[in-house]
Amino acid sequence: MRRLLVAVAALALAAAGCASDLPPTGASAQPSAVPATSAAASEAASAGTGAQSDFFVQADYDAQLAMRTQTAEGPADKPWEQAIAPQMVDTAKYKKDGPYHLCFSNAAVNNPWRQVGWTTMQEEVALHKEIKEFTALDAEGKDDKQISDIADLQAKGCDALIISPNTTATLTPAVSGACPEVPVIVFDRGVETDCPVTFIKPIGGYAFGADGAEFLIEKVPAGGKILALRILPGVDVLETRWSAAKVAFDKSQLQVVGVEFTDGDAAKTKSIVSDYIARHGKIDGVWMDAGATAVAAIEAFEDAGAPVPAFVGEDQQDFLQKWKDGNLTAVAPTYPTYQWRTPIIAALKILKGEEVPKMWNLPQPKITQDSLGTYLQPNMPLLHYALCGCESMPGFPAKWGGK
Amino acid sequence: MKRAIPIFVVLAGLLVAIAAANPFFLEPAGFLAFLKRVAPLAILAAGQYFVIVSGEFDLSVGSLVTVEVVVAARLIDGDEAMTWPVLVLLVVIGLLVGLVNGLVTTKLRVPSFITTLGAMLILSGAVFLWTGGAPRGALSQGFRVFGREGVWAVAILVLVVVAAVLLMRADFGRTLVAAGDNEKAARLSGVRVDRVRVFAFVLSGLSAAVAGILLGGFAGVSAQVGQSLEFQAITAVVLGGVVLGGGRGHVVAAIAGAFTLEALFTLLNLHGISGALEYAVQGVIIIAAVAVGGLRLPSLRLSPSKV
Repeated sequence: MRRLLVAVAALALAAAGCASDLPPTGASAQPSAVPATSAAASEAASAGTGAQSDFFVQADYDAQLAMRTQTAEGPADKPWEQAIAPQMVDTAKYKKDGPYHLCFSNAAVNNPWRQVGWTTMQEEVALHKEIKEFTALDAEGKDDKQISDIADLQAKGCDALIISPNTTATLTPAVSGACPEVPVIVFDRGVETDCPVTFIKPIGGYAFGADGAEFLIEKVPAGGKILALRILPGVDVLETRWSAAKVAFDKSQLQVVGVEFTDGDAAKTKSIVSDYIARHGKIDGVWMDAGATAVAAIEAFEDAGAPVPAFVGEDQQDFLQKWKDGNLTAVAPTYPTYQWRTPIIAALKILKGEEVPKMWNLPQPKITQDSLGTYLQPNMPLLHYALCGCESMPGFPAKWGGK
Repeated sequence: MKRAIPIFVVLAGLLVAIAAANPFFLEPAGFLAFLKRVAPLAILAAGQYFVIVSGEFDLSVGSLVTVEVVVAARLIDGDEAMTWPVLVLLVVIGLLVGLVNGLVTTKLRVPSFITTLGAMLILSGAVFLWTGGAPRGALSQGFRVFGREGVWAVAILVLVVVAAVLLMRADFGRTLVAAGDNEKAARLSGVRVDRVRVFAFVLSGLSAAVAGILLGGFAGVSAQVGQSLEFQAITAVVLGGVVLGGGRGHVVAAIAGAFTLEALFTLLNLHGISGALEYAVQGVIIIAAVAVGGLRLPSLRLSPSKV
């Protein structure tokens, strides 16, 4: 058994050694500069945020940040019908008489965000009498299933095909293949082809990440310690969020003491945050690339008896409730679930021959202290996303699990 | 108990390393936080120990933990009055799943690796079907207190350790080890092998229920809460020097294995290494521990069979 001891000790040593040997210029997947190395603190230029993500595209970043202040066109009380700086495309060639058969290839319904969105989309369908049939297939988070789903749907006589791609690159050929057969509408995540009639999305990840980081830069005094929590590396929509936050932090006087991956797991998040509180004594701000585990992170401060610092969450009810109850300094950037309404509206416009934006950029508001009261809905489930744009729909609130 | 000494040495070394990296660890609050974090895995390791020492495996505990937490959230739905009835139900679910695992393994003669692998798939499939992949509902404060308040979690942990030690000292413990060591001999000397094995699976199911209650309390509802816990529990048991295949090893050492694993994760985290590496570390440990055990086994094991 002594060998076991040696093996484990060697392993622990080797692992600890890695911490200081990790080059800060690694791939985007690296959790970047480590708190254990005091060198990170002195590198003012990098501010402890590590190398920039491979996914970072300066032009997209600039465009998204600019869109945040642009006024969206469309009805003011229906942000899901609005579009920022739309370039309209003609759809006369798709015009046909109703009633219509709409089809939807869904990437998954495996998290509360997608559940809220999916419910919202079904309710949107119910609003339109001219839709006689709505066929939806759930790919359960698998690329291969979604590829065959898209093929299956083409054989079902759909008048329009809505696709929420599971991953960008892998699904591109399937989407390209469907485009000549039927008008295609892509939303949420994108594809690497412009053949869909319209691509619907909120402003995007750069705007999301920047909203949170800018809030912390404003609220946390210079030199303050920031902990950044990310779900996992290598996913474009999440990489853009972090890379925009990194740009902002690098320009600031704040010190990013850690960038950690949580796998979106509440227990892991709580453990990581507890360790940082223990290690640094005080954390002045927490940035997150998605708010689903924000409450677990807040609880880590509560359980440690430490004051809850400035926090970046999302528009989930549990976080908004915590924000109000604890009178926190917080902000909630959003990736609104009301975008699930838009594809149905777009499909009907296309089939009626009305023009639609080629890139349908939906407004992407953030919840601030001032608007917290509007979005906090105690009658809704804790995991409900506030920006569903569903409050005036007939099935609300019961269909979304509310009381 | 001799086999168990190395694990305590490793554990002590890791604890010293953590304390060196993070002095807060030595304060009561810091150590309590560590105990709170270890408690669920330690309890699972105790349950897994009973099964492993009797010569079987239980791969279903991770999904069972997820089932417990998801069911609790859905049924309690934030209502304090539901706390106790649901706690009772969770324990019953744990016992039942263990009973089924045990009966299928012993009466239908399905190898436990397959039985519990099947149970793992059935349970995770059921959770997915029932929740659509995202849990609904909320846990009550009364429920969460067990996992959130360090004192509660530690009290439950102590209770489990004491109960496990007493069980292993009773007739049950001796017959369990005998069944794992040499099933035929145990049967011939009057041990009801099937019955003790079923009981071991029931204990493992119970441990998953208790771990689920603690984990749900610690961080709230999540559909990923039990992910890969079965492998962590098995790693912990193996790390404690318990022989896969049964018949050798001490329950306290298995629990110490859980402490060691969690201490190692904590240390990695303190040094900024986290995420995917945890799996790699576990993989290396489990292979290394068994290999080291195997190197010494021939002299111990082959001689009796040659007689």
